[in-house]
Amino acid sequence: MSSSSLDAHAEQLLRELAPQVLGVVARRFRDFSAAEDAVQEALIAAAMQWPRDGVPDDPRAWLLQAAARRITDHVRADAARRRREELVVSLIPPELQLVLAPDSDEAAGRDDALALLFMCCHPALSPASAIALTLRAVGGLTTGEIAKAFLVPEATMAQRISRAKQSIKASGMPFQLPTAEERTQRLGAVMHVLYLIFNEGYTTSSGPELQRRDLSREAIRLTRMLHTLVPEDGEVAGLLALMLLTDARRAARAGPAGELIPLNEQDRRLWDSAAIAEGIALVSATLSKGSIGEYQVQAAIAAVHDEAARVEDTDWPQILALYEVLLRMSDNPMVALSHAIATAMVQGPAAGLELLKALDADGRLAGSHRLDAVRAHLLERAGEHEAAIEHYRRAAGRTTSIPERNYLMTQAARLSDARE
Amino acid sequence: MKYMLMMNTPERGSYQAFNWPRQDFQAHVAFMKDFIKKLGASGELVAAEGLAGPDQAKLVRAGNDGKPVTDGVFPEAKEFLAGYWIVDVESPERAYALAAQASAAPGPGGKPLNMAIEVRQVMSGPPPELL
Repeated sequence: MSSSSLDAHAEQLLRELAPQVLGVVARRFRDFSAAEDAVQEALIAAAMQWPRDGVPDDPRAWLLQAAARRITDHVRADAARRRREELVVSLIPPELQLVLAPDSDEAAGRDDALALLFMCCHPALSPASAIALTLRAVGGLTTGEIAKAFLVPEATMAQRISRAKQSIKASGMPFQLPTAEERTQRLGAVMHVLYLIFNEGYTTSSGPELQRRDLSREAIRLTRMLHTLVPEDGEVAGLLALMLLTDARRAARAGPAGELIPLNEQDRRLWDSAAIAEGIALVSATLSKGSIGEYQVQAAIAAVHDEAARVEDTDWPQILALYEVLLRMSDNPMVALSHAIATAMVQGPAAGLELLKALDADGRLAGSHRLDAVRAHLLERAGEHEAAIEHYRRAAGRTTSIPERNYLMTQAARLSDARE
Repeated sequence: MKYMLMMNTPERGSYQAFNWPRQDFQAHVAFMKDFIKKLGASGELVAAEGLAGPDQAKLVRAGNDGKPVTDGVFPEAKEFLAGYWIVDVESPERAYALAAQASAAPGPGGKPLNMAIEVRQVMSGPPPELL
């Protein structure tokens, strides 16, 4: 919440309760959009009142009541919606019409949160809309906070969220737990949205850094929640492990001026050893269960990097083997690029450069700065400094990330200084 | 991803549009207002501004004392920025499509102007995990 006087514990509590409360209200009132608005208002009320009056004994019941009161107020206030008020009231069992009791059934709360997550990550929504809606409905972030994190005006974000809600309404999707089959079909979209939120938070480019750090923390929290809800799913565990193992390096990834520090130059003492231990435990447990997916393999690669206390201890043959597994699962040119790097680390830069030639012919990375950046690194390792300078500069001209451009320009300058 | 769509005017002095027939000018303005409204409704608008005419533009440099030294309208320039939109869109293709819509704004006689819109990606985006 935006209130600075709300302590971290209460803030965490609100974020955790938001999807549960929204789930209950949406289920009872059968109107996702109205429920979502009401819960947002209840959260804002809590952020203002709790620092003053203290956190209530039963915060979930407090929020449920506040949201229910608001949704009823809205229905009443709108004369044109009088008919709907009768409908809403008729939908609520008589014993619940006076007081919206907190759910006694804990499992229902969990299932509601899962239903919400699947609803917000609907494949019919654009990724940007799905992200915004997930952060608001499941993450409990305000529209203003989401807008700030994505560096767009609040009005723009409000429109995006409102359109996403309209799309959900138009799709006629009922608020209910997806069936096992739907869950399998759509879990991919849910994980993709969470992964995008994490990546947005992991960005060190322009903008208020703290906000973005919040975003990757939020992605980890939501993925952790998903993992608790479907503990049997190896890919969800893999995604959580991947986020933890990647985020663990955050403190070492940027210098004092926000400059990018590549993996091989990072001060590994700054890595978060607790997050690494948790990530490694997760990925080890899931890999032993069979049926391996892409997130698990990526997490396994991140784990091998994180396990090396010094860069020279990195087990490159194992990383290369994992990239070969990943290449068989996915036709992603970025995977092929990473595979070329791993090959260079094991077999020497010439072997890596040879693999890059195939990517030139592929065309999907044509004009991408990444191909140039990798080629520059491998050329430098091969001792071809003139060509390396040229490719560093070309990559710097093509990237759209400021820290990355500065990093690439610095590499080019370092090599050309050494020449003189 | 964010893009800046830049609309240039090829002429020096005041905007040519000011000399169009009133009806054509109004149609142009109505089109631009509608364009902004649609961008707002789709949740893609980050910012949009029209700029005062090139006849009011000044070129500014720091003098030896650090104080601003202004110079008149740059005679060598062939084009002037007339206005811009910053949009947050899902893909570069969408940015190009929006630029094409803006480019087709009506001009004299209601005919599409088909003016050139420069499209530039705004710097941001994730750093590579490869480096």
